[in-house]
Amino acid sequence: MSITIQIPAALRPQADGQASLQLEGGTVREALGELKSRYPELGGRLFKSDNEVNRFINFYLNDEDIRFLDSLETKLKSGDELAIVPAIAGG
Amino acid sequence: MKPLLSLQCKECDHEYPIEPRTVCDECFGPVEVIYDYGQLQDRFTRQLIESRPRNLWRYRELLPVDGEPRSGLQSGWTPLIPARRLAAELGVRELYLKDDSANYPTFSYKDRVVAVAVTKAIEFGFETVGCASTGNLAHSVAAHAAAAGLEAFVMVPHDLEEGKIVGTRVFGPRLVKIRGNYDDVNRLCAQIADKYPWALVNVNLRPFYTEGAKTHGFEIAEQLGWRLPRHTVVPVAGGTILPKIAKSYQELIRLGLVEDNKPVMHAAQAAGCNPIVKALEDEEDLFHPQKPKTVARSIAIGNPADGYYVMKAVRESGGWGASAEDAEILDAVGLLARTEGIFTEPAGGTTLAAAIKLIQSGRIPRDEPICVCITGNGLKTIEVMQETFTQAPVIEARIEAFTDLVESAREAQPARQPVTH
Repeated sequence: MSITIQIPAALRPQADGQASLQLEGGTVREALGELKSRYPELGGRLFKSDNEVNRFINFYLNDEDIRFLDSLETKLKSGDELAIVPAIAGG
Repeated sequence: MKPLLSLQCKECDHEYPIEPRTVCDECFGPVEVIYDYGQLQDRFTRQLIESRPRNLWRYRELLPVDGEPRSGLQSGWTPLIPARRLAAELGVRELYLKDDSANYPTFSYKDRVVAVAVTKAIEFGFETVGCASTGNLAHSVAAHAAAAGLEAFVMVPHDLEEGKIVGTRVFGPRLVKIRGNYDDVNRLCAQIADKYPWALVNVNLRPFYTEGAKTHGFEIAEQLGWRLPRHTVVPVAGGTILPKIAKSYQELIRLGLVEDNKPVMHAAQAAGCNPIVKALEDEEDLFHPQKPKTVARSIAIGNPADGYYVMKAVRESGGWGASAEDAEILDAVGLLARTEGIFTEPAGGTTLAAAIKLIQSGRIPRDEPICVCITGNGLKTIEVMQETFTQAPVIEARIEAFTDLVESAREAQPARQPVTH
């Protein structure tokens, strides 16, 4: 499945300055794995360990937090948009 | 010599200069202002603080500004009320209410964080300030920006209470309603901050903004005669204020301004949006985000960015959490109004309702000093209380009609008894 990943400004230096990029993956985990293999330094910041994502980063698939879906195992379809967004305080 | 040193990541300790910054570049953790407490040890005294005007800037050495305050010169120093009638009602010995429903100029605790953020925005040279908000922050940013002569851009959930919309628009900001809940607004703002050169107070000014919340705690301590309550009950939304009150207490202890009584922090949330209380009750390390569904709109944040620090502050202090159903929240709003003459918004009702549960369950002993933090004003959300009343009587302008009414009411309801102390 070809999907679009949106990269936040803080991570763009580790992704050749790109704000978004296309890649392949059947699940969120696979897509992020592919991102990590292309840009290891960026990937290192997304994951705390192989199985645990950095708790200060949220992932939104087509505007929905993946924790309301199947988290990293959420299935992807062609044309999906996956946004990487830092957690932000407020109120 | 300046006590203000740098920004430091709370997770990986990476240091940054004082600059607009959303998160740590290395690990995405939040960054926090670090002070040189050694320099303040003998300089920042009770005497110095007490000699200053009664506003939040009397604690300026522990706020992250370089020069003179530029905003919120009348903000803070809200009443700390010994709540005797409410204490009698709840069967506790010593109960205080820190009442930010009377904060200036927009009647919520947000005037504290915005005073600091707008001062910092001016120091950094920004001309536009903005925020993602559940209402109170929008209200405060719009007012402070107007007074400082800055442009304001405020983003709120599309279905926010009308009182908060009107109360914000009157100050002339660009107000944008975003389809979705606060967490959707928040996510969008993170992306806006990447794109526009604005000071979004709870995004790229967050490290400075959050420090303003400490003044709520400094004031509690000073108004109690330089001592700390044993228990402090605080509402949790994005998770800013609870850890910052805990920090304020620890700073005062460290600087020798109060005795260390091992202050305990307790978290209050609405049952319809309680990711942090649930994680505390379930003894989980991670909280699970929720889709908020509660009458307490101002604290309806299902994915609180500082939630981990709330859990940490509560656990390290030996505190606990409680959540309240909508009906309990509205009952508590009414109880506070009837016993102490304070009209708070549902967030304040949530905090009181949670405090009552913590007292009833024994988590808060009845004989220890308790402070309940009231962070917002009920006049902004009158619609939620309307349905809790029966119709008020309408009579002709004749004394007989009035007498009839009073006599029949007296039979139905005995007169209220004053509490004597």
